[in-house]
Amino acid sequence: MERFAALLDALVYTSSRNTKLALIGEYLRETPDPDRGWALAALTDGLDFKAVKASTIRNLMTERVDPLLWSLSRDFVGDTAETASLLWPDPPGETPPAPTVSETVALLQGMTRATVQHDLPALLDRLDVSGRYALIKLATGAMRIGISARLGKVAFAQSFGVSVDDVEEYWHGIAPPYTELFDWAAHGKAPPDTENMPLFRPFMLAHPLEDGTVDLSDYVAEWKWDGIRVQLVHAGGETRLYSRSGDDITATFPEMAEALTIPAVLDGELLVQGGHQGGKEGGAASFNALQQRLGRKNVSKKMLSELPAFVRLYDALGLEGEDLRALPWERRRERLEAFLPRLPATRFDLSQIVEARDFAHLAQIREGTRADAIEGLMLKRRDSPYVAGRKTGLWYKWKRDPLLIDCVLMYAQRGSGKRSSFYSDYTFGCWDGDPDKGAELLPVGKAYSGFTDAELKWLDKYVRQHTVNRFGPVRETDKSLTFEVAFDSVHASKRHKSGLAMRFPRIHRIRKDKPPHEADRIATLRAMVRD
Amino acid sequence: MEQLGNSAPLPTISYPMSAPFSWIRPEPHGIHIVPSDCWVDPSRAVERALVTHGHADHARGGHGSTMATPETLAIMKLRYNTDQGAQPVHYGETITLPGNVRATYIPAGHVLGSAQILLEHAGERVVITGDYKRRPDPTCAPFEVTPCDIFITEATFGLPLFTHPPIEEEMARLLARLSSHPDSCVLVGAYALGKAQRVIAELRRAGHHQPIYLHGAMEKMCRLYEDFGVELGPLRLVSDHSKEEMRGHIVISPPSALNDRWSRRLPDPITAMASGWMRVRQRARQRNVELPLIISDHADWAELTRTIEEVNPQESWITHGREEALLRWCQLHQRRARALALVGYEDEDD
Repeated sequence: MERFAALLDALVYTSSRNTKLALIGEYLRETPDPDRGWALAALTDGLDFKAVKASTIRNLMTERVDPLLWSLSRDFVGDTAETASLLWPDPPGETPPAPTVSETVALLQGMTRATVQHDLPALLDRLDVSGRYALIKLATGAMRIGISARLGKVAFAQSFGVSVDDVEEYWHGIAPPYTELFDWAAHGKAPPDTENMPLFRPFMLAHPLEDGTVDLSDYVAEWKWDGIRVQLVHAGGETRLYSRSGDDITATFPEMAEALTIPAVLDGELLVQGGHQGGKEGGAASFNALQQRLGRKNVSKKMLSELPAFVRLYDALGLEGEDLRALPWERRRERLEAFLPRLPATRFDLSQIVEARDFAHLAQIREGTRADAIEGLMLKRRDSPYVAGRKTGLWYKWKRDPLLIDCVLMYAQRGSGKRSSFYSDYTFGCWDGDPDKGAELLPVGKAYSGFTDAELKWLDKYVRQHTVNRFGPVRETDKSLTFEVAFDSVHASKRHKSGLAMRFPRIHRIRKDKPPHEADRIATLRAMVRD
Repeated sequence: MEQLGNSAPLPTISYPMSAPFSWIRPEPHGIHIVPSDCWVDPSRAVERALVTHGHADHARGGHGSTMATPETLAIMKLRYNTDQGAQPVHYGETITLPGNVRATYIPAGHVLGSAQILLEHAGERVVITGDYKRRPDPTCAPFEVTPCDIFITEATFGLPLFTHPPIEEEMARLLARLSSHPDSCVLVGAYALGKAQRVIAELRRAGHHQPIYLHGAMEKMCRLYEDFGVELGPLRLVSDHSKEEMRGHIVISPPSALNDRWSRRLPDPITAMASGWMRVRQRARQRNVELPLIISDHADWAELTRTIEEVNPQESWITHGREEALLRWCQLHQRRARALALVGYEDEDD
């Protein structure tokens, strides 16, 4: 447990992704089975112990520390596990030897609501502050130390020199402590047998089509719908819905889990039924509607009836036990079209092919995507196999042109990691009326990207020289700089004072030539809302 | 400045002050010694001030006269460029204030020159600690327990989670990180008055005799310490040296410079910070600290509570920090206490 605790501490105190990968990798190589597997599960939020909840920890603490002193401390620290690790009284006498990670897991698994009150303190008494922190984090499930499941898998892959796609392919089929995964990656044994399991397959992704063109005899065009890309898998009698990052979101969309009962691996866009995207025929509500369903653990009946989900199918990776990924896109498409009638029509439809005479005609069609509230077009090579990740020349995304608006820099904050000393996060605003008649700037968005390293240096200096106020880490500037901001779309939002929220805003150009009073007004931005 | 605690400010608990001590009054901007019309650590300019130590939140400029230790007066002169009205009071010395109040300056162990002030009037004794700590510190005189009726204490680290480990452990961690990264430097953020000099002196005590590189803002205070006889060993200014020369060395800067562009001139710095707040992981993370060093010039929870027990006053008044928890401890231990709502004391960087 000491080694795992030291790993957590080191991870907490580093902001560099590469350092984190190196730290996890080193731990995984040097730690024996099954400790390392349990640790990996803990880091990727794969552990759950029924008997230990945050309230369990709170109850244990308030039996030992005055409740008011506990709550004042908890309030100051802002993290129950850390507060408890700091306040847990060291037991008198010599500390018994610390448990291993596996022993800890076995003990935690053995605890019930009745025994936890006695068994967890006995375990805490065997650890120092860092060890107690690690134990409570591990026992209560949520690490929240800035490590994503993906980062854990990448670290695993890098550490043993295997492909992260393979790791993803096997990951969901095996349970902690992932012994077969280590046997395969570290000891060269056969990979885990994952047939008949509803596993996530890494997505095929697209490059942006910058300024090039393609020959439509080689490429087919599809709409790029504005939902979230998902994979729906049925195998071994189970159905799972995965997000683009491979997270299991089945519980959030139970209607989709029920809708697929034939073994298949399907790639599509998750959308809410409606008439926003592409008009009535488009059949899909806005991304905003879908957003109300995302991230929910419990889905109410009301949600299910008011915001019903469906999947617009793009591709089939496998059908009825047959892996189709090596087939050309055209063959897979034929198979998908033939398969569609066997799926419930309320939950599935097919992403339509966009017919165009030639590329120029297609470009013309793309011009209309904004009015249709569609993100743009996809271009897929007719003979492309389904391969994980982004392979040059196979698939392109051709998004509609971004919207542009002139805004004024209002506040800046330092970035993190590589940009830790630079003011690289910018809040900008538009005028709420005529700036010559006393109108004020209202913040409309925040951007962290779109500029070059040289521009970042210049902006950093600019912020420092034009600061008029500081609020903790935030600097208020004198509102003397105009940005041309690019963004994908803008929506009504109650979260912001301006009543508007932009999607993916980025700094398009620094308009040193444009005086701030010539920047755009809120009304201009509001007119771009297509909700 | 940002408030460190998340809790709402505590209302001053008002119950009738025991009449015998009506000559000493806590006011929002300082402690008023009524018969003398003097103020202790006032946060605005007054005619007559008694100052416990040189940190800016206790030692404001512009007073008509300032009674403080010679070290504190020297620090104030460095900061405000004037020693007008300076009245030195040595440790152990007693002065008489108007209205027949006697004031004695006693070491507080916080920073060079820091003093507790014992006030006596009409047979009653009041001790004002200013900021203090109980740990040995090679740069200042140690805290002395002084029996009194009313004990006015700080509470910067007044939560039971604050335990400052032995400084030797923190120095060992700092030196271990330095030797395992010979191509980097370790940049230690430390408060320019007190903490920086203590870290340097402790490094010397731990056998580290290499030159230590200083941010320009540290230089004069280090020289002042040396003038008062505190040995700091070889010190160099960052601005006089190249990146290459600083590889494998320790650099000390004020905490505000840690993530500032100033640090870009350093060779692959590992960011450390010497502060009692480093006990809490998120506080370290917020400042992008990679090597948190739990070093404080304030009393930790055990020292605060032990000191109240040893001083054993009739009543404790708690001036600043996390008053609620220390107040609660007093309540649990059947000790009379009250929280004073004084303005302007900040210790974010300690």
